Amino acid sequence: MNNGNAPLLEMRNIKKDFFGNQVLTDINLTVHEGEVVGLVGENGAGKSTLMRILFGADMIRETGGYGGEVLLNGQKVQFNSPFDAIEAGIGMVHQEFSLIPGFSTTENILLNREPVKKNLVSEVFGDRMNTLNRTMMDERAANAIEMMGVKVDRKMIISDMPVGHKQFTEIARELSKEQLKLLILDEPTAVLTEKEADALLESIRGMAKRGIAIIFITHRLQEIMAVCDKVVVMRDGYVVSEEASSNTSTAIITRQMVGRDVDQPASAASSDAEEKKDAPVILSVKRLWVDMPGETVRDVSLDVREGEILGIGGLAGQGKLGIPNGIMGLYPAGGTVVFEGKEIPLNSPRSCLDASFAFVSEDRRGVGLLLDESLEWNIAFPAMQIQNRFLKNYLGGLVKWRDEKAIKEVTDKYISELAIRCTSSKQKAKELSGGNQQKVCLAKAFALNPRMLFVSEPTRGIDVGAKALVLEALRRFNRENGVTVVIVSSELEELRSSCDRIAIVSGGRVAGVLPASSSVEELGELMLSQVI
Amino acid sequence: MNEKTMRKAKFGAFLSRASVPMMFIIICALCIPIAGLSPNYLVNEIVTRMGRNSFLILSLLIPIMAGMGLNFGMTLGAMAGEIGLILVSDWQIVGIPGMVLAMIISVPISILLGLFCGKILNMAKGREMITSYIISYFINGVYQLVVLYLMGSVIPIKHGSIKLPRGYGIRNTVSLLNMRQHLDNLIPLNIKGVKVPVATFIVIAVLCLVIVWFRRTKLGQDMRAVGQDMEVARDAGINVERTRIISIIISTVLAGIGMVIYLQNMGNIATYSAHSQIGMFCIAALLVGGASVDKASIGNVFLGVILFHLMFIVAPRAGAYITGDSMIGEYFRVFVSYAVITIALVMYETNKRRVKSMEGERLRLDQEKEGKDE
Repeated sequence: MNNGNAPLLEMRNIKKDFFGNQVLTDINLTVHEGEVVGLVGENGAGKSTLMRILFGADMIRETGGYGGEVLLNGQKVQFNSPFDAIEAGIGMVHQEFSLIPGFSTTENILLNREPVKKNLVSEVFGDRMNTLNRTMMDERAANAIEMMGVKVDRKMIISDMPVGHKQFTEIARELSKEQLKLLILDEPTAVLTEKEADALLESIRGMAKRGIAIIFITHRLQEIMAVCDKVVVMRDGYVVSEEASSNTSTAIITRQMVGRDVDQPASAASSDAEEKKDAPVILSVKRLWVDMPGETVRDVSLDVREGEILGIGGLAGQGKLGIPNGIMGLYPAGGTVVFEGKEIPLNSPRSCLDASFAFVSEDRRGVGLLLDESLEWNIAFPAMQIQNRFLKNYLGGLVKWRDEKAIKEVTDKYISELAIRCTSSKQKAKELSGGNQQKVCLAKAFALNPRMLFVSEPTRGIDVGAKALVLEALRRFNRENGVTVVIVSSELEELRSSCDRIAIVSGGRVAGVLPASSSVEELGELMLSQVI
Repeated sequence: MNEKTMRKAKFGAFLSRASVPMMFIIICALCIPIAGLSPNYLVNEIVTRMGRNSFLILSLLIPIMAGMGLNFGMTLGAMAGEIGLILVSDWQIVGIPGMVLAMIISVPISILLGLFCGKILNMAKGREMITSYIISYFINGVYQLVVLYLMGSVIPIKHGSIKLPRGYGIRNTVSLLNMRQHLDNLIPLNIKGVKVPVATFIVIAVLCLVIVWFRRTKLGQDMRAVGQDMEVARDAGINVERTRIISIIISTVLAGIGMVIYLQNMGNIATYSAHSQIGMFCIAALLVGGASVDKASIGNVFLGVILFHLMFIVAPRAGAYITGDSMIGEYFRVFVSYAVITIALVMYETNKRRVKSMEGERLRLDQEKEGKDE
C-alpha cells in the first residue's frame, strides 16, 4: 500500500526544545521500505529525542510537543502515545530491556498480545477470562524467531538467559507484530558479544530483505558500515551529514561526530601541564571494578598526580560515572585505592570522606542536595557532620551547638564567589534553578576543604553561562588551594578546556590517557575503541 | 568456577526456601512423641482443620500472583462472610441453603470492600502488606459500627437470641447450630475412625482447579506479568491498576466464601473476634508451607495447613506436659505465627540483596579470570 512513490517515513523540519533549550533543529530524515539507516552521534546529539518523537513518547508531549511533521507513506501522522506508533507499524527496541523476568521467551514475545480461546466464563465476564492458546503462541513465537534468523530457545525463562538472548527476544517481539514496517534499534549491540552482534547484523540484513525498514542507532561504526545503506550523522541537534554508506568511512564519520572547531587551541590549563608531569602520584587506583547499573567498571587502573585536574571522558554507559561512584563507596566495588600511600577501604563512604575526599554527584537532586533545606544547611551540613566544624562546644564538648554565624558567613562567601543566584542564604535548595543547584553542590564540596575532589558531570543540564562559571570555579579551586580534581564528563570540549590530562573510558576500561592538548579525533577514536 | 558458584547459589536459594517447612517438620517431630496423642486423633484433627482452613488460605494466592504480596485484604472478605451468616441466621434459613445464601450476601460486600482496598493499595505500591494490615483494622471499626449499632436499629434483626438485650447490636457469639458442619457431613465418609468432610474437600478441589485454570487465562497471565514487573506490563499495554484491583477483589470474594465454610465447621460466630486473627493465621500457614512474599503455590497451601495445624495441636500438649501449664500452648501459637511471618519477610529482603551482591561477585570473578588469561 505504497502511496505512489512516497517513502515509508519522512520527517520534515523537526524541531524540539526543552523549555527554551533547543535540542533538535530542522531535522529531515527519510527512510524507504527495506532500507537500513544508521543513525550516529555523540551522547546528547539528539538521536534519542528524535526517536522519541517518532515513537510518540509521553515525555515529548509533556514537554510541549515538537515542531515539523512526520509522514508515514506520504500521510501526516501524529502519535499521542507509543501505542499509536505501534498501531501504525513502528516498533522500537529500547536500550533498557522491557521483559518480564519470570516469563519464557514465547510469553514475552507475545506479551499482552496472546492469542486466546473463548470459553463459557469469558462469555459472561468478558475477554480477559479467555484462556491462552498455548499452541498458537508457540507457533507465532517460532515464526517471529525464524524471521529474525537467530536461534533462541522459546521455552527458556528470561532471568536465566544471557543478555544477548534477551535482546533477541525483544527484537522478536517487535517482529511478531504483523503491522511492523519500521523497526528502531537503539544500540542493540551494546550488550552483545561479538558473535551475537554478527548474528544480529545478519538478521538485520534478513529483515531488510523482507521489506522492513530499520533505523539502527549504534556507537560501533564498523557495524554501521557493514549493514547500513545510509548513514545519518547528528551533532548538537543538527543533521550534519547524510550519505550512502559506500561513500563514507569510519574516519570521516568520527570526524563528523565529534569534530567541531577542530583547530581550536586546546586548554588554558595545559600551559602548566608540563610542570605537573613530574608531580608525585597522589591517588592510585588498581584493578577497580564497580557494579553500578548501566555504568559497569571493569579492571580500571589509574594514577592521579598531585595538584592536577584529570578528566575522565567516554560515552554514556561505558563506565566513566562508575569510577568516582565506586571509589566513594556509593556502589559495590572491588580493587585497591591508595591515597598518599594509605589504602582507602572501598564500599565505605565514611572512610573516603575522612581521607578528605569530596564528591559532587551527577545525581544532584537525589544524592547532592537536601532539597527541602536552606542553602546554609546544604553547604555546611557535610562539614558539620564529618569534620565537626561550624560547631560551638559547651561543657567540654558534651553539648555541641551549631555556630549559626559561621555558617552564614561561609554560605555568603560561596554565594558571592560562585555567583549563586538566590534571594538569601536561607532560601530552600529546591527553589533554585539547575545551574545554581549545581553551584551549591560545588560549594558544599568546597566547604569540606578536601584534598581530593571528584566532580561528576558538573555541567549536565545547565545553561552555557552557568557552565563556564562552574568550570572556572573548579579551575580556581584547583589552582588556589592545590586540590587535586577529577572531573567526569561526557563533553569532550569541556574536558579539553579545563583538564591537564584526559582518561578515556570505553567498555568499562581505560582505553587511554592523553594530554588535554590532544586532538578531538584522537580522543574520539579512543572513545569508540572498546565500546560494548 | 563460575558455573559452580551459580549452582551453589541455586542450591542455597532452594535451601532458604525449604528452611521454614523443614524447621516445622522438626518441631512437629519433636513434639508429637512428647504430646502423646493417638495417631487416630491427630489425623482426625488435621483432616478437620484442612477442610476448615484451606479455602481461606487459597484466597491468598491470587494477590501474590499479581505481585501484591501477603495480603490482609482477605480479612475484609472474612467480615463480609460473617455479615452474611449473621443475617442468614436471623432469617432462620438453615443448612446448606443458608450457607449458600450467606455466601451470596457476602459477595457484593466483598466486592465493594475489595474495590476500596485495591484502590488504596494502588496508591501504596510496594507497601501492600502493611497497608492492607492497617486497612483491615480500619474496616474492622466500620464492621463493629455496623454490627454493634446499626444491626437491630437500622438493619432489622428479629431474633432475640442473637440480639443484645438492649435492643440493638449483635451478641458476642452467634450460634450456627442449625448449620454446623452441614457441608462437612453432606457426604458422610468414615475411614477407620477418621471423619472425612468429603463435600468440603470437593469444594476446595474445585477452587484449586479454578485457580489452575485461572492462571491460564488472559487475566491470569496479565496478573503474573504485573506481579513481576509493573512498568514492563504497563508498556505492553496492560492496565496495571485495574488488574491489581481485580486480584484483590477476587481475593476478598473468595475469603468471604471461605469464611462461611470456616464458620460452619466451627458452629458459631465469635462476632467481634472471628476475623481478627484469621488473616495472620492464614498468612503464617502459607509461609510455613514454603511460600514467600512473591511466590506461592497450591502445594504450599496444603503443606502449610498440615504443618502449621499439626504444630497447633501438638505444641500445647507438649508444652503442658513439659511445664505443667496449659496456657503455654496458646502463647506458643501466637508467638510462632508472628515469628514465621517475621522470618519470611527478613528472608525475602536478604534474598533480594543476595541477588544484587551476586552481580558484583560475578564481575570480580570475570576480572580474576581475565587476569589469569593475560
